[in-house]
Amino acid sequence: MVKKSATALIACLVIIGFSFQPALAAYKVGAIFSVTGGASFLGDPEKKTAQMVVDQINGDGGINGEKIELIVYDDETDPTKCNLHAKKLITQDKVVAVIGPSVSGLSLAIIPVFEKFKTPLVSCAASYKIVYNEKTGKPYKWVFKTPQSDSLAVEAIYTKMQSMGINKIAVITVTDGYGASGRHELLRLAQAYKMDIVADEKYDPKDTDMTAQLTKIKGLAPQAIVNWSVGPTQVTVLRNWRDLGMTSITFFQSHGFGSRKNIELAAGAAEGVLCPLGACNIADLLPEGHPQKQVTMAYQKSYTETYNEPLSSFGGHAWDAIQLVVDALKAVGGDRAKIRDYLENKKGFVGQHGVFNFSPEDHNGLTKEAFQMVVVKDGDWALAE
Amino acid sequence: METISAASQLFQFIVTGLTVGAIYAMVAIGFNIIYNVTEIINLAQGEFVMLGGLIMVFMHVTVGLPMILAFVATVLLVTLTGTMLDRLAIKPIRQPSVMTLIIATIAASIVIKGTAMLIWGKSPYDLPAFSGRTPIELGGVIIQPQYLWVIGFLAVVAIGLTLFFNRTILGKAMAACADNPDAARLVGINVQYMVLLSFALSAAIGAIAGMTLTPIALMDYDRGAMLAIKGFGAAILGGLGSFSGAVLGGLLIGLIESLGAGFLLSGYKDAYALIVLLLVLFLRPSGMMGNFEVTKFKRF
Repeated sequence: MVKKSATALIACLVIIGFSFQPALAAYKVGAIFSVTGGASFLGDPEKKTAQMVVDQINGDGGINGEKIELIVYDDETDPTKCNLHAKKLITQDKVVAVIGPSVSGLSLAIIPVFEKFKTPLVSCAASYKIVYNEKTGKPYKWVFKTPQSDSLAVEAIYTKMQSMGINKIAVITVTDGYGASGRHELLRLAQAYKMDIVADEKYDPKDTDMTAQLTKIKGLAPQAIVNWSVGPTQVTVLRNWRDLGMTSITFFQSHGFGSRKNIELAAGAAEGVLCPLGACNIADLLPEGHPQKQVTMAYQKSYTETYNEPLSSFGGHAWDAIQLVVDALKAVGGDRAKIRDYLENKKGFVGQHGVFNFSPEDHNGLTKEAFQMVVVKDGDWALAE
Repeated sequence: METISAASQLFQFIVTGLTVGAIYAMVAIGFNIIYNVTEIINLAQGEFVMLGGLIMVFMHVTVGLPMILAFVATVLLVTLTGTMLDRLAIKPIRQPSVMTLIIATIAASIVIKGTAMLIWGKSPYDLPAFSGRTPIELGGVIIQPQYLWVIGFLAVVAIGLTLFFNRTILGKAMAACADNPDAARLVGINVQYMVLLSFALSAAIGAIAGMTLTPIALMDYDRGAMLAIKGFGAAILGGLGSFSGAVLGGLLIGLIESLGAGFLLSGYKDAYALIVLLLVLFLRPSGMMGNFEVTKFKRF
């Protein structure tokens, strides 16, 4: 008896649930971010930014008078959940396009889903493999990404090193997707830039201390260290570097260092550290005539006012992704194939991280000019000469 | 840039290993206290460490209490969390088997982690070092004052607990519960109170580990699980239930990691510790200091 009534109750609830459809917005855009889990420091500002941009557009009357509905799912930095959310967004929520995921590993994991269901994906992760199918040597048809490829970041760093006369370097990377991809690029491009890598050290994303790896590096006396990680470890490694009295070895961080919070957390240890950053991190420093001056200043102002925290480069990637989709919606409306075709041929899109010029051969649309070399000076960013 | 001699390098690896190992040892001691009284593995042990660090940041940096006051307040708050864990997640379980209790601690760890995420968000937090950040140099070896605090607190905790369990009536009563709860009940020991006390003690020690670690490695809501795994490894290596084993196991795992990362491939750092752990367990299933005869009587 109890079982029967319970079944009936559940059936009723399911039916009621289906009858309460949310108010239909004209355009549904999906988003998958790592809001919690290991990569939450990426997903959190990304989600906030995307939501803020959509609210602003809806507040200004939407696209051609139609509202956008942003459906955000949290993949918890877990490939299985990410995959489920991707399918749900496409088949149940019927979104026109999806932005995210936050990290390279998850983005690579869900590419097949978007290829199969013919839905545009604008990833917010760094690896060049997201927009480069190694089998065909071309981009995946339905996948785009806004962050600069890590290969561009490596090129920016190596170019800077050459100008400083540095050729003997140590590499230290975190053992996750971001670090592995960065390490791969650092090793791959070393020869072209005549860099001699004397140490290739690794550490775990949750490690508490990298003194051992740095001590080993100290014994090899390179001219510079390149660290490739995101999250707390990139701060810990800086403190260890300073504590070990290694400040005479120039320290380069990846573009994952792009948040003023990291400078604060390093408690002075970040002084003199170099890293390649997109324009949005250093909006104030850009010269007046810079093409991105206006958009970066506007984003900085609205983000810091809305959320009362410093912005990070990751939020900028989400801004680029959602604005690209909005731009396509404005031009061609809510048809998945048309949006894809529009994005593939989009030229001169001014975003937070560069001026994007997409083409059928290039679904990232950026060059190494999208990076400015920045140095930490007096606890803030400054442009490196 | 002065180069560093091989001998200095070795000493640097040892200093680093001992520091990290001391943290693992404190987590392992926490595991042991609860295991000794209740025979369960409290998988929320890492969360006590995380809470210790974050509450200390709140007390000292946000509220601005002086270091010592903030320290005491943090220990009290985390201890309260530990007792609540016992009262809300462990005690209400009817017909407890060891397995259900362990699963309850997993649930509790998820709740604690989620709550911490809601309160502190996802960014890491920093804490000023207890006595400045001017490194002490000894012939090319760099020692952070904070390292000495970590190792010092481990010594205090280990000695204090040994005295507590061997010299005080309360400690002896706890040890009695560990040996035989039924017999302990017969001689008038309140077993439930002892269980509560074991959770409180574990939480307090976890809090101390978290507070001393944060100035070195920052602290965020997601750090507990990793520390719990390493601490558990240390407890198993030393022998579950043995305090000297926990200290030895923790320091050994820290040393293996540091030396492995320094002299061998740093990418396999965690694997070296696990290989040693497996080897020890093949040779001595009860761990280095564990007593095989005693473990036969345990339910877990």
